[in-house]
Amino acid sequence: MSKFNKGGKKELPAISTASLPDIVFMLLFFFMVATVMRDSTLMIENVLPYADQVEKLENRSLVMYIYAGKPGKEYRKFGTEAKVQLNDKFVSNIKEVQSFVQETRANTPEDQIGKLMAALKVDKNTNMGLIGDVKEQLREVNQLKINYSTKAGDATRNVK
Amino acid sequence: MAKRAAPEVNAGSMADIAFLLLIFFLVTTTIASDTGINRKLPPKLPDDITAPKIKEKNLFNVIVNKDNQLLVEDQNMELKDLRQAAIEFLDNGGGTEANNKCNYCRGKKNPESSDNPSKAVISLQNSRETNYGTYIAIQNELMAAYAFLREREAKRLYGMTYKDILQGLKDAKKDSDEEKDFEEKKDAVKKLFPEKLSEAEAKE
Repeated sequence: MSKFNKGGKKELPAISTASLPDIVFMLLFFFMVATVMRDSTLMIENVLPYADQVEKLENRSLVMYIYAGKPGKEYRKFGTEAKVQLNDKFVSNIKEVQSFVQETRANTPEDQIGKLMAALKVDKNTNMGLIGDVKEQLREVNQLKINYSTKAGDATRNVK
Repeated sequence: MAKRAAPEVNAGSMADIAFLLLIFFLVTTTIASDTGINRKLPPKLPDDITAPKIKEKNLFNVIVNKDNQLLVEDQNMELKDLRQAAIEFLDNGGGTEANNKCNYCRGKKNPESSDNPSKAVISLQNSRETNYGTYIAIQNELMAAYAFLREREAKRLYGMTYKDILQGLKDAKKDSDEEKDFEEKKDAVKKLFPEKLSEAEAKE
């Protein structure tokens, strides 16, 4: 027994954890508000190229995503050639891009249709031929506003 | 009868439940910040329209082949030099007559190069086998050339950067005088260096 410990046994009171749930809930709500669920599973390799002349895409409800790239590891049975993916499906005929645009337009309020933007999320190792075809189809249905999705960074890194 | 207080519900496991939910959201979501290069495709034209004649000197030819090599104005070029070459071409201001003179250009006034920025057209042609990464890098360099010149003119005319004008336009209240003011500034700068980037159909 040390001589300082005279007044008998005094235990430290336990720290109250009653406010812990509040803190955790606060974090939870933050993440619920700040994040968006992935809307489609990517079946392709999708490493975006770098660029520094970028603009932010706003208003996600007015953006339609067109993915392209080589099929990912589990989807090699569809071949190894680069493919276009819309929603959750591979595109077998490039003309499906047109119906995809029409469908998106039908689900958009009429006064917002002019603001629709097609975002091309294309793997950096894709051939331009495929992208050219997609662009041609977009022109066909007069969807002229496009955005090449990129990561922010030095563009010269794209070139090996 | 003795008053019995209702026993308090044990809230000790509340934190566990909240943590569980938190971790679920952490795992399933991505904080998405989509960035990219905005471009506008040319509208589909009827077949019977013939392309307008553009003088050879007002055209800046950029060709990328299937091995991702650059050919700019019939000369081999490295990607890092493209931006400067495009700026020099756009800013050349070689016009001498009253109707095509460029009095804000600071280029070399080479008579072999572009007359003025509103006439200068950049033509980009890629092969079908060109790599997308390279294509984006080239687009990026060309957009950077325009951005650089617009930035310069915005500074000269209004003492503010072009980015600030765009930001101001975004922040301004709708239909306010401020918005109109920014809109005018933006259009004025844009008019000095209009984006004229034509993309030819890919070669086989």
